[in-house]
Amino acid sequence: MRQIVFLATAAAAALAAGGAMAAEGETLAQVKARGVLNCGVNTGLVGFAAPDANGNWSGFDIAICKAVAAAVLGDASKVKYVPTTGQTRFTALSSGEVDVLARNSTWTFQRDTDLKLDFAGVNYYDGQGFMVRKDLGVSSAKELDGATICIQTGTSTELNLADWFRANNMTYQPVNIDSNAEGEQQYMAGACDAYTTDASGLAATRAAFADPDNHIILPEIISKEPLGPAVRHGDNNWGDIVRWVLYALISGEEYGVTSANIEELSKSSTNPDVQRMLGATDDYGAMLGLDKEWAKRAIAASGNYGEIFAANIGEQTPIGLARGLNALWTQGGLMYAMPFR
Amino acid sequence: MSELHAETVAFVRDTMLPPALPPARQRGVTLWLRENLFSGPLNTVLTLLGLAAVWFIVSHLWPWFANSVWNASSMAECRAAVAAKAGEDATGACFGVIRERWNQFIYGFYPSALYWRPTIVFGLMLFAVAPVLFSESRGLRWAVLGFAAVASFAAAVAVGIPPRAALITGGVFVLWAALIEYAPRRALVLSLLFPFLAVWLLWGGSVWPVVSALAGFVLGGVVWRLAARLGLGLLAVALGIAATVAWWLWLGPDAAADLHAMLPVALDRVESRSFGGFLLALTIGVSGIVMSLPLGIILALARQSDMPVVKSLAVMFIEFIRGVPLITLLFVASILLNYFLPPGTNFDIILRVIIMVTLFASAYMAEVIRGGLAALPRGQYEAADSLGLDYWKAQRLIILPQALKISIPGIVGTFIGMFKDTTLVTFVGLFDPLKQMADTIRATFEWKGAYWEPYVFTGTIFFIICFAMSRYAMYLEQRLKRDHR
Repeated sequence: MRQIVFLATAAAAALAAGGAMAAEGETLAQVKARGVLNCGVNTGLVGFAAPDANGNWSGFDIAICKAVAAAVLGDASKVKYVPTTGQTRFTALSSGEVDVLARNSTWTFQRDTDLKLDFAGVNYYDGQGFMVRKDLGVSSAKELDGATICIQTGTSTELNLADWFRANNMTYQPVNIDSNAEGEQQYMAGACDAYTTDASGLAATRAAFADPDNHIILPEIISKEPLGPAVRHGDNNWGDIVRWVLYALISGEEYGVTSANIEELSKSSTNPDVQRMLGATDDYGAMLGLDKEWAKRAIAASGNYGEIFAANIGEQTPIGLARGLNALWTQGGLMYAMPFR
Repeated sequence: MSELHAETVAFVRDTMLPPALPPARQRGVTLWLRENLFSGPLNTVLTLLGLAAVWFIVSHLWPWFANSVWNASSMAECRAAVAAKAGEDATGACFGVIRERWNQFIYGFYPSALYWRPTIVFGLMLFAVAPVLFSESRGLRWAVLGFAAVASFAAAVAVGIPPRAALITGGVFVLWAALIEYAPRRALVLSLLFPFLAVWLLWGGSVWPVVSALAGFVLGGVVWRLAARLGLGLLAVALGIAATVAWWLWLGPDAAADLHAMLPVALDRVESRSFGGFLLALTIGVSGIVMSLPLGIILALARQSDMPVVKSLAVMFIEFIRGVPLITLLFVASILLNYFLPPGTNFDIILRVIIMVTLFASAYMAEVIRGGLAALPRGQYEAADSLGLDYWKAQRLIILPQALKISIPGIVGTFIGMFKDTTLVTFVGLFDPLKQMADTIRATFEWKGAYWEPYVFTGTIFFIICFAMSRYAMYLEQRLKRDHR
């Protein structure tokens, strides 16, 4: 582990010393010339990115890649998915191996500034939670004083856990694990009282148990984990494209534009925002260096934000996540797209 | 009363008693048990403890295997099937994950329409090594060739090889086998060509860059021969290497492009990122094994050398590589190298990993072979000198054959270790069969929680391959045992 930390630091230092800065408009030209979008994704995270038996990727983050490819190249299938690990993801982006990183990465100060990334927005507001067995008789994380806790090493969750227990004057015994699968196994085997990771991950883990009813996810969320797609510093045009593709997906939900009615609405909608977004009036695409129907294709690729959420991680799926913070701002959530004007 | 013997003794036996078996306690199973397992109080206790341990493990694992379910398309379905079969609280393995995803454990994300290509490459690989590994035993050689041809052809048909490719493959198998049988020395040339063929079949694309790379080697060889004839010695080697590199850097790519324009022979291109599972492990492992042995020999000789510069370079290289963990080298290959190379350089990730793994293994190999060299009696070196052999001839004819023979267990140990170390590529985002591929498959909700099954499956395949290597080493040691006959 120490080597990994050292190398990550060395890589970060090399980055800070002047990693390849993208020039304005360069990325768009490259992607168009290549005809394929290189999208950095997770090597596998339930609901967010996973390949099926034929190697076709799907998931909540994958939908972002598809939407960007649809907007830029006109074809949602023209994506090369580059699976990246927690250690390789940011170097893959800054070395130009991928054009956009849609890999459930938390938007933090250091990543935005020191690592020279630009987060285009937030597509999922996550937070760290705890899962315990019901027969432990615990109903709040505040009662976990002295507990053994399974925690993935080398992640921000490890630091959050230490901070939170210190702030609450409590102690804990960490059981270090290397991956989510190992964590589940340790937790199931009783090696730890509680398992902690992002709440979305906990929900998926619990849903996959043979006996989900015997486990509860505690109400406390101890950290802010705003996850979003990231691009390199320096090419603001490309950052704008990814940002507004994301906003188009969110606005699509807000204005009721779905993959089913988008053709019809692009002709008949009387909402000026929708008209501008879908290219019925004005040519907003040209301001991004794209054509008129970029947003229409982005939404048509896998539906608007709400549809993507429902299809991959929503309450109808086995993972069964509630919208919560990820509901639209009009419904008490934080999803708020800037106006198309 | 007569004094005759017959009349003084009541009975004289004139036939021998048939030999009786030893008493029951002194023979058969009882004897073996008593001598080997229960020969004293300590041994008896240890035996009983051992039996208890075995029973403990088997009794816990057996139900899991016995209740295993193959026909299920998700963990939930699988758990239901186990419950239906063996009751509510029973545990059972869910091998449905292997049945549904075996292709990804074997081929990773290689396009499924092209699975036949790696399959055929595997068969051809056995063809390439058989004349080298089994040069002395015709029976074994044919067994291996027969297995390679039949198994890989059947597997290729099963994964959907197109008819034309099948026809060509069948022809190649038959012709190659005939060549090995009737012109074994020529067959060795084919073995040398195999790596190029394998690269073309695995990655696809135009055939001409591969041919051009091969041409670079040929050119280097020709230059070296010519220069050596002029009596340039070591300089000839340097000239040969320079010619090869110059060809690769300047003339080769253009020549390949021109030839491709004239005569386009190409297969569908497959990206390195698509490699995964055992295809990746074998690609890295086999290339590493094949390249680390010669490199290790050269390093070992360099370290034994009298030339101070060569010696100190070898010592520095070996000690540096051995002092650094393999994971560090892999990280350097995958991450740090990106910053040193000019932007836009496309340096294949698998190639980088193969280079690092080869360097790593060759340092260990050099030390293993140095052990063999050191074990040779001084007299062998002196005998070679007194025959008037020069350095390379002495090494080739007298020293190395003996030193390598002594080092076989160590060499094979290094090979096996290296093959298993290929799973470490998981840390640079490649899909090794043991961890990354399994984790990725577990990321689909259906198979979340299938933890042990992939380990059992990949572990079994690793065991088969490593065990085969180890048995081959034993066979080789037997075959080369010349001293104590």
